[in-house]
Amino acid sequence: MPLRGSAFVMFLYLLFLLVPIYWLVNMSLKTNTEITSVFTLWPQDLTFRNYAVILTDPSWYMGYVNSLIYVVLNTVISISVALPAAYAFSRYRFMGDKHLFFWLLTNRMAPPAVFALPFFQLYSSVGLFDTHIAVALAHCLFNVPLAVWILEGFMRGVPKEIDETAYVDGYSFPRFFLRIFLPLIASGVGVAAFFCFMFSWVELLLSRTLTAVNAKPIAAIMTRTVSASGMDWGVLAAAGVLTIIPGALVIYFVRNYIAKGFALGRV
Amino acid sequence: MDKTQNNKAWFLVLPVLLLVAFSAVIPLMTVVNYSLQDTFGNNEFFWAGLEWFEDVLHSDRIHAALGRQIMFTAIILAIEVPLGIFVALNMPKKGFWSSLCLVLMALPLLIPFNVVGTIWQIFGRVDIGLLGHTLAWLGVDYNYTSNALDAWLTVIVMDVWHWTSLVALLCYAGLQSIPEAYYQAAKIDQASRWSVFRYIELPKMQGVLLIAVLLRFMDSFMIYTEPFVVTGGGPGNSTTFLSIDLVKMAIGQFDLGPAAAFSLIYFLVILLISWVFYTVMTNLDKRDGV
Repeated sequence: MPLRGSAFVMFLYLLFLLVPIYWLVNMSLKTNTEITSVFTLWPQDLTFRNYAVILTDPSWYMGYVNSLIYVVLNTVISISVALPAAYAFSRYRFMGDKHLFFWLLTNRMAPPAVFALPFFQLYSSVGLFDTHIAVALAHCLFNVPLAVWILEGFMRGVPKEIDETAYVDGYSFPRFFLRIFLPLIASGVGVAAFFCFMFSWVELLLSRTLTAVNAKPIAAIMTRTVSASGMDWGVLAAAGVLTIIPGALVIYFVRNYIAKGFALGRV
Repeated sequence: MDKTQNNKAWFLVLPVLLLVAFSAVIPLMTVVNYSLQDTFGNNEFFWAGLEWFEDVLHSDRIHAALGRQIMFTAIILAIEVPLGIFVALNMPKKGFWSSLCLVLMALPLLIPFNVVGTIWQIFGRVDIGLLGHTLAWLGVDYNYTSNALDAWLTVIVMDVWHWTSLVALLCYAGLQSIPEAYYQAAKIDQASRWSVFRYIELPKMQGVLLIAVLLRFMDSFMIYTEPFVVTGGGPGNSTTFLSIDLVKMAIGQFDLGPAAAFSLIYFLVILLISWVFYTVMTNLDKRDGV
């Protein structure tokens, strides 16, 4: 295989991926006058004002806090209910298991737009509207199936003899599960948690519909500021860059499992 | 793996079942409820039977949105799948460069959907965006807010930018599972590059490709945020896809009945096509003995 050609193809493709991101970072470091008046490929007048605006104004940075709260809540809920279920699917045959497994996947296929209005009414009627837990529960719609599928994929790789040996040695099920089984699939739990975190973090439609003030996510705050009079492009770009950071920080650790995670544990 | 028959496993599945029932079944029941009734406000509802379903099935507006949706999904699948395979074939196999490529390629996948929209909204603007500015400088009359064709191109390029890496990463994972011996055997047989691809790589990628197509189909069919941020469904209705139309109907105009009927039909279409994929997928699994 001609190695030079491959490197060139990859170079072009990565360039295509990175240029739009570079442009956002570039803009976030410019002043608004520079953005609108002159066209420059890199900031002539480097400024961190845009980041300062976000990090000092509570109506901005609370958006990040809100997002983080419901994302973490959602990840914890999803993983803790998905663990036993994934174990059941990977180890036992039971009545309706295949149908149940597919039914879970159908929730991943459900368009969030279909659920936006019913969710709004459901959570309003039980008094959870505009709370973090409401968004966390709503995101369970697609994250629980995702976690079950990913964890099941990892658990299938653990030989069943380990379970049997543990029972022979007199371990009870909870003790076996926590002490022996969980450490064996630790990387699977990490990957599932990462993907729950990611999908909850990137989702906007449901989190925007279910919140008004107290739990408003950063993504929704961004859209509001865009429509306000007088575009503050610099701050908008800085807010965008800050939303990319959480993913970029941990991506290195899961790089070998990215495909598996996106494919719901099926690779 | 041999699984033991044990109906007590239901207890382990119960928490998931309750949670998903709360967050999926109850809302879905609300939708079904609305789809069969009519309201004149004041929380008074009247039985409407299948009227809304008939309306939706005969609505020109929804037909048009469905047409645009199918066209969009078809175009992005036609671009992303071959491009993804091509990129996967060119990725470095191991070492530092392979890690670097994996990390950089995954980056667009982890950006919040509306930020993806914002990035392209800015990037395409003639006054401040690199793409728009460059095109204008080259003398191309490009404006995604007023020209329907430009809007389509922008939305498609954005989706290719956003999701091609997913296809590429999955194919790459499939390629990694091919033993080196296969390539050596092909070399001894003096197989051409094309036959290596056709008879070794493609069959090995079949499973992951199917997953990639399934995921891209599902997600592109319910795409909402990205095109909404960039074009708002316009100019006119030219980039109003199904989800955008549905949200307009349900939350913008509060036409609960038709919106609910629309939702159900929409969901069923996705479900049906995905079920076909899923069946093929599990059959493949069985055949390969995974």
